[in-house]
Amino acid sequence: MRGYITKRLLIAVVTLFGMSIVIFVLMRLAPGNITDIIFESAGYVDQEDKKRLEVELGIDRPLPVQYGAWMRELLSGDLGKSYHYELPAADIIKPRLPVTLELAFLALAFSILLGVPFGVISAIRQDKPLDYVLRVVSLAGLSMPSFWLGMIVILLLVRSFGWIPSVQYVSPFDDLRANLAQFFFPALAVGYRSSALIMRITRSAMLEVLREDYIRTAWAKGQREGPVVWRHALKNASLPVITLIGIEFAFLIGGLIVTETVFNLPGVARYLIDAIQWRDYPIVQNLVMLIAVIVVLANLTVDLLYAWLDPRIKYGRP
Amino acid sequence: MSITRTLDLPTSTDLAPPAGAATVLARFVTRKPLGAAGGVLMLLLMLAAIFADVLATHDPVRTSMHPLVAPGADYWLGTDNLGRDLYSRVVHGARISLAVGVASTLMGAVLGGFIGLLSGYVGGKTDLISQRVMDIMQALPILVLALVLAASLGPSLTNAVIAISIPIIPRAGRVIRASVLSIREFVYIEAARALGVNHLRVAFRHILPNTIGPFIVLITAQLGGAILVEAALSFLGLGIPEPYPSWGRMLSIAAAEYAEKAPWLVIWPGLAISLAVFGTNLLGDALRDTLDPRLRGR
Repeated sequence: MRGYITKRLLIAVVTLFGMSIVIFVLMRLAPGNITDIIFESAGYVDQEDKKRLEVELGIDRPLPVQYGAWMRELLSGDLGKSYHYELPAADIIKPRLPVTLELAFLALAFSILLGVPFGVISAIRQDKPLDYVLRVVSLAGLSMPSFWLGMIVILLLVRSFGWIPSVQYVSPFDDLRANLAQFFFPALAVGYRSSALIMRITRSAMLEVLREDYIRTAWAKGQREGPVVWRHALKNASLPVITLIGIEFAFLIGGLIVTETVFNLPGVARYLIDAIQWRDYPIVQNLVMLIAVIVVLANLTVDLLYAWLDPRIKYGRP
Repeated sequence: MSITRTLDLPTSTDLAPPAGAATVLARFVTRKPLGAAGGVLMLLLMLAAIFADVLATHDPVRTSMHPLVAPGADYWLGTDNLGRDLYSRVVHGARISLAVGVASTLMGAVLGGFIGLLSGYVGGKTDLISQRVMDIMQALPILVLALVLAASLGPSLTNAVIAISIPIIPRAGRVIRASVLSIREFVYIEAARALGVNHLRVAFRHILPNTIGPFIVLITAQLGGAILVEAALSFLGLGIPEPYPSWGRMLSIAAAEYAEKAPWLVIWPGLAISLAVFGTNLLGDALRDTLDPRLRGR
């Protein structure tokens, strides 16, 4: 087990190292360097000034040196400086972090609360009308772009209640009700897609477990449906579901980017889009790296949970 | 439940001689009505894409003096803020969205499939290295990777296809590799090698054709995702540039300020995206059930 953990940790480090190189190169391929952008608005470019700025920002140095400097900064927790705001990136990200985290956790909560029970129900009513309805509803969730769902929700709310999504972020500690009113629909729009995935995997895992001998034994001894399904079967069907939830948590980020944009929520995910549009490359570079760290950590956690949850799995050799 | 089912004995259909294309299709339609419906939906959209010029009532990119007209006899689905006919734009959007979706899926799946074949067949260090590279490519959510790629390549139709296809590569690579790993162990492969068939021929003629099942499943599964990523990229302004009428881009114009005044601008392009992806998902699910025997009956 210890060997397995070491191996997984090593792979995670290698993956992140590789990702950092990919991002670094991609950001340098992007058209126009930062000095061009800073001088673009000025209209007139003095080559002397431009050189001086390049030296000041350190982008005249060889690429490996720049990469080394970036890594040193990142490892010491320095997220760099935003050229657009002329502020340290950390100052911009910090107030935005709670918005994104709250949205992500609410969305995940929705997706589990909807996905698991409906998946179980769909499995015990396999090929009955209810199963078909639930499957179509979940497929629809996988088919609608979450940003469009958000737009439709806003449209309906505006039309029927005259409600307009608030631009100002309300902290849950100031006014919980206003905060939840602000987050309920965005979280639902993001969570619907994940709930559809969770429902599907729950259904197929349940179908497999329900065919096992020990379930037949439980039925045979006269056990009622409730305990058989929700206690005996769901417990053993939960392994793939937990894996998927772990993976989905990381992939919610994709949904957050568009949803924060549609609902006008000042979160980190939207800041990534803003930074890309302003060509604030140091920020893009660091934010993307942050996302990669979250994804890799989520995957690592899932792998380790898996080994811990299922005692049958033994990791000796690869 | 019959006895044959519980004992997993081959049923009569498994033992039947290979059927013709028409029979296979008929069987698919009766057994998987939802999948067939998805197929029909896809077919209709493909037809709309091919015959967009005939179906459209207006020029999709020409502006007019009638902005934000509600749906009616002249403009079936209304007009946008520049007076362009929404119906014609949605029909032409099918062409752009499907073309970009199909092109990027095929590109990603073929490249990934090739790496998967190499990695699975050669094994050893090649496999190890390509696996780590795949790990790296999968360390970002699809949309984020596509976003960064699109931003660094700059906006153009070709770049959008490249940006959407690259995140598909590792996903395709893993599926094909897994399939190659199991096929490699079959006796007929050993027999072919024993007869002196060279590695290249074994890989491409004896193994590759047998991965067609998972490959088809993979393509249908990824196509819906590719269409969604294109829509999101274009919505965020980093996908397909003007003047191409892309569904995602239409929504980003609508979202800006006209949503309340002209709700049709929000409804129709989004519905088109959802229907296209819904169709591929229905078809993909049914194909997966049919082509992947392990999942049969689930």
